[in-house]
Amino acid sequence: MSAYEISIISIIGINVILAVSLNMISGFCGQISLGHGAFFGAGAYAAALTMTGKGGVPLAIVAALITGSLLGVIVGFASLRVRTDFLAVTTIGVNFLFVGFVRKQTWLGGEMGISGIPPTGLGAAGNMVMILLFAAATIALSLYISRSWMGFAFRAVGEDEGAAATLGINSGAYKLAAFGIGTALAGLAGGLYTFFTQFITVDAFDFIFSVMLMAMVVIGGIGSTWGVVVAAVGLTLLPEAIRFVNDYRLLVFGGLLVLVIRLAPGGLTAMVQNLFLAVRRS
Amino acid sequence: MYYIDLAVTGISFGCMYAMMSVGLTLVYGLLRILHVAHAAVFALGAYVTVLVGNATGSILLGFLAAVIVTPLFGIAIYRLLYEPLLKYRPDVPMIASVGLLVLMQDAFRIVFGEQGITFHRNAFAFTTFNFSGVTVSAVQIAIVMTAAVVFTGLHLFTTRTRIGIGWRATVSRPQIAASFGIDPIKVRYLNFAVGSALAAVAGGLVAELNNLVDPGIGFVVSYKALAIIVLGGLGSVRGTLIASLVLGLVEAYGTIFIGAWLDRDAIAFLALIVLLMIRPQGFTGARTA
Repeated sequence: MSAYEISIISIIGINVILAVSLNMISGFCGQISLGHGAFFGAGAYAAALTMTGKGGVPLAIVAALITGSLLGVIVGFASLRVRTDFLAVTTIGVNFLFVGFVRKQTWLGGEMGISGIPPTGLGAAGNMVMILLFAAATIALSLYISRSWMGFAFRAVGEDEGAAATLGINSGAYKLAAFGIGTALAGLAGGLYTFFTQFITVDAFDFIFSVMLMAMVVIGGIGSTWGVVVAAVGLTLLPEAIRFVNDYRLLVFGGLLVLVIRLAPGGLTAMVQNLFLAVRRS
Repeated sequence: MYYIDLAVTGISFGCMYAMMSVGLTLVYGLLRILHVAHAAVFALGAYVTVLVGNATGSILLGFLAAVIVTPLFGIAIYRLLYEPLLKYRPDVPMIASVGLLVLMQDAFRIVFGEQGITFHRNAFAFTTFNFSGVTVSAVQIAIVMTAAVVFTGLHLFTTRTRIGIGWRATVSRPQIAASFGIDPIKVRYLNFAVGSALAAVAGGLVAELNNLVDPGIGFVVSYKALAIIVLGGLGSVRGTLIASLVLGLVEAYGTIFIGAWLDRDAIAFLALIVLLMIRPQGFTGARTA
């Protein structure tokens, strides 16, 4: 495998983890979060600080998970206070706040970011394997949750909080759980990203990146784990497959987002299901 | 004197935010959609102002062109994007709106370039007045005066004319307004037209203030406008005006006191999050247009 292929596959793995984890918050539990980049960034910075402090890979992963999750639970508390559409604005705010804060912190490298992060010692191919293993684990966890009692409770809270409450579901606890798990995984993705690049700046974690993650979830079919995985792989490969797209990346992402929602608000999953039904009927 | 300078900056920014956000808050009041793409309308207004201003040599004509073009664009967004999506959850049209904004910003970048475009002649931007130590720029005065005229006009329109009263009625009680024979669809068109024109004026003024329109012009301002309408208690014009001025002032003073810690935009969102935690329903709470 060439170095280029290894790096593309690594990025795909990271994006799959991010999109699937965002889907747990926004798809399963109906809490629209447009600030997933901030949790990704928090994990990346935590891992970077651990690695430059000679903490080693396992400790960096733990630090990334915990930092992402901590920030996520704090934002989760906000989700208990405000309605879903207010929450969307609040999470945008969290993303801007994160970027604005890091830019001004000299101990986080400010605008320049953190460079010279020690390698994991696994090599590029080893890193890729580690990323893919974590991505597989994330998908497995997502599938498991979606079929578990917790997954049903998430969906109930996402569909209709009042009705869920009458069934004895503590919606606050489940919202916090969705944020806690989803953002822990985003933090993990951040840690893996740090191992992969060995150099981070805050620009990688801005609001636009969060929008791209949301695009993956929506285009894949909000709530569907496999749909989101397919969309994450597809939308990561798209700029690579067609070179010219890279210059017009945002145009294409924005356009796809508008088109898919306008033509098939359920995303690819609903489109495939409808196609399947149509074929069976005929 | 320094603190008064900051107040001048804060108030002028507040007036600009107010012109941006009123359209948004009215869209929310009518349709329950967070109209993120309003920022693209704002940016379009800024671009048209500069392009026509440069082509004709008259900035005034630039503004005129902007308030003609942007309402059409705003109405097109409603008709082509939002209307078919109204039957879905409110976050569906909102995400479509985010997509449209990202697409538009990138389209501006591709057409007009990364560096943006400037006015050929904009003496206005560099004129300043000195009132016993307090420096005020001509553009700041223009922003405050425009906002004052626009909002007085809007107030008279919505309280003295039949169309305006019908509009107000539809925003606050859609069913009852419809039962009185007010056409809700016409109100929506009016709403997108007026809101977009206001955003375009704000965009043109920001272009003057910076003497530059770049592809990112709408981005940050738009999210601030969202923060403002949430703070103002979605759907309330009065709340939005208050929240705009408060945010303008918080930003102006905030950059002095905690500027070493956070940048200007982060301060605005910190204020948003703190205030939302204290008052989740916004400043006014109730929906009154």
